[in-house]
Amino acid sequence: MFVAWRDLRFARGRFVLIGSVVALITLLVGFLAGLTGGLAAQNVSAVLALPGDRIVLQHPASGQASFSESAIAPSTVQAWRDAPGVDEVLPVGIVQGKAGLGDTTAAVALFGPPSGAAPSAVTDLAPGADDEIGLSAGAAKDLGGATVGDRVSILGGTYTVASVGGDAWYSHTPVIVLTPEAWAQVDQRMGGDGEATALAVTGDPDWDAIAERTDTVAQSPLLSLLALDAFKSEIGSLGLMIAMLFGISALVVGAFFTVWTMQRSGDVAVLKALGATTPSLVRDALGQASVVLVVGIGVGMLIVVGLGTLAGQALPFLLSPLTTLAPAAVMAVLGLAGAAVALRNVTKSDPLTALGSSR
Amino acid sequence: MITLDDVTLTFPDGASRVTAVDRVSFEGGAGQLTGITGPSGSGKSSLLAVAATLIRPDSGRVVIGDVDVTALSRDEATALRRERIGIVFQQSNLLPALTAREQLMVMAELGGRSTAGRRRRVRGRVDELLDAVGLADHAGKRPAQLSGGQRQRVAIARALVHEPQVLLVDEPTSALDQERGAAIMSLIAELTHDRATATLLVTHDLVHEQLLDALLTVVDGRIVGVREPASRDGGALSRPVPSSPCAGTTTT
Repeated sequence: MFVAWRDLRFARGRFVLIGSVVALITLLVGFLAGLTGGLAAQNVSAVLALPGDRIVLQHPASGQASFSESAIAPSTVQAWRDAPGVDEVLPVGIVQGKAGLGDTTAAVALFGPPSGAAPSAVTDLAPGADDEIGLSAGAAKDLGGATVGDRVSILGGTYTVASVGGDAWYSHTPVIVLTPEAWAQVDQRMGGDGEATALAVTGDPDWDAIAERTDTVAQSPLLSLLALDAFKSEIGSLGLMIAMLFGISALVVGAFFTVWTMQRSGDVAVLKALGATTPSLVRDALGQASVVLVVGIGVGMLIVVGLGTLAGQALPFLLSPLTTLAPAAVMAVLGLAGAAVALRNVTKSDPLTALGSSR
Repeated sequence: MITLDDVTLTFPDGASRVTAVDRVSFEGGAGQLTGITGPSGSGKSSLLAVAATLIRPDSGRVVIGDVDVTALSRDEATALRRERIGIVFQQSNLLPALTAREQLMVMAELGGRSTAGRRRRVRGRVDELLDAVGLADHAGKRPAQLSGGQRQRVAIARALVHEPQVLLVDEPTSALDQERGAAIMSLIAELTHDRATATLLVTHDLVHEQLLDALLTVVDGRIVGVREPASRDGGALSRPVPSSPCAGTTTT
């Protein structure tokens, strides 16, 4: 790194420029990742919070399983309960509707898990009586700051708020939890049949065999998210943007270091002629790229964390290792891969050219 | 000491090959400054490249000290250049990001993992060498802040900082005016004698011929003339090896 550090100092303008570009791309990637994470959390956190190894949905006659179209008959619930290897089956009703408190109305997701289920952000809100509900923090906020004891109307019924807390979202609407019986009544008022829409199943059975026998689909909670109508397209488009930014990052860093090493090819030839080994020159070049990437990505991520903290108060923005450290690591790896392409100029440089003429 | 023994080097030229160095033999002893001259395209630089282990000859041997460098692998040749050979290029070929002092210190880092001992040894010689080439006051300057002559002096100091046995110099005065060229030539001659390096110097410029201990004239890859002026102690300083096929007249 003897020459690399001095190059960084000598050509600081050029390195500040590429470092700034890396920081800006990191800012874009980090912000998109944070937004994606935030939007995803508002889309799926309640599904991911359901306590089960697999989420079971009705197998549709055509197309893919869908949370909004699924209906699990009591006989199907029983078939899963009776299946060997199944430890627990949690039938959950999920439907979206509106709730009101005074003059305030809000779009909400209504969940109806049975009481006594394993603790989670959803089941913890399960009320003890059919005329009670549990509000997630988001629902309480959207209802104008509802608190315990308030009377909330939901599709013609009125319910007392028994508990408030937890962060649970489904398809961008905050979750309200009812008893299974109350949920069935609400579903029927909306034109449904009152049957649970999904099962959270725990155990280690022959998933495929039971699913086929019961005409259902059993998927891990993560894969089951694809059954959320908006999730796939929303995350797909945001993920595509992030992937494109990753690609752009690798291209930009690769292009910069390709031009940089081409400009330095004469110096590299001289160093080789003087006795520098190719591995030492490669280490120098990669070390230099690493410094630029670490500084650029570090600055970019600091800005992401700062802006993300502010934005999180107004936007669905998620700051977590998955939305900061993971994209930063991918940026670093892809940037180094781009820089590695430029190494060809280092490894192929002929020390003979340092003499100017070999003839 | 460096010895070239019946060295031949050819390059591809379309379907055939052109001979750049044709059965050349000579030796340069420690403390001797041997000039190599000849018209453009005569093979002077090719001869230097072979001596520098930058290119392997088709046949013949190049021996530096007791090492047959033509038998070395590429990595071994690189290590040999780092340890035993100093090169001064036609253009000074200094690294633009490094100060004059750093141009010398970089020689301790070329192997990748520099040992503390090697680094200390080189550092200890940097100031002494910069002083020897008259640039002690310019140690902190980068190439762009130095004149052409000063840059070439730094290049000479760089070539000597690792105490090489052989110093190879490629037309060091081609970009300098007469006065600076003379100073550089004098410096090379002085350092060659003081530090007992076997120096091969390619030059077009015979104005400073009197500084050379011997002069080989190369035409079409062959040594066609050898001048062996009386040495300071009265003996021949450079001579063709007996088996050398060098032909032509001996210049005087």
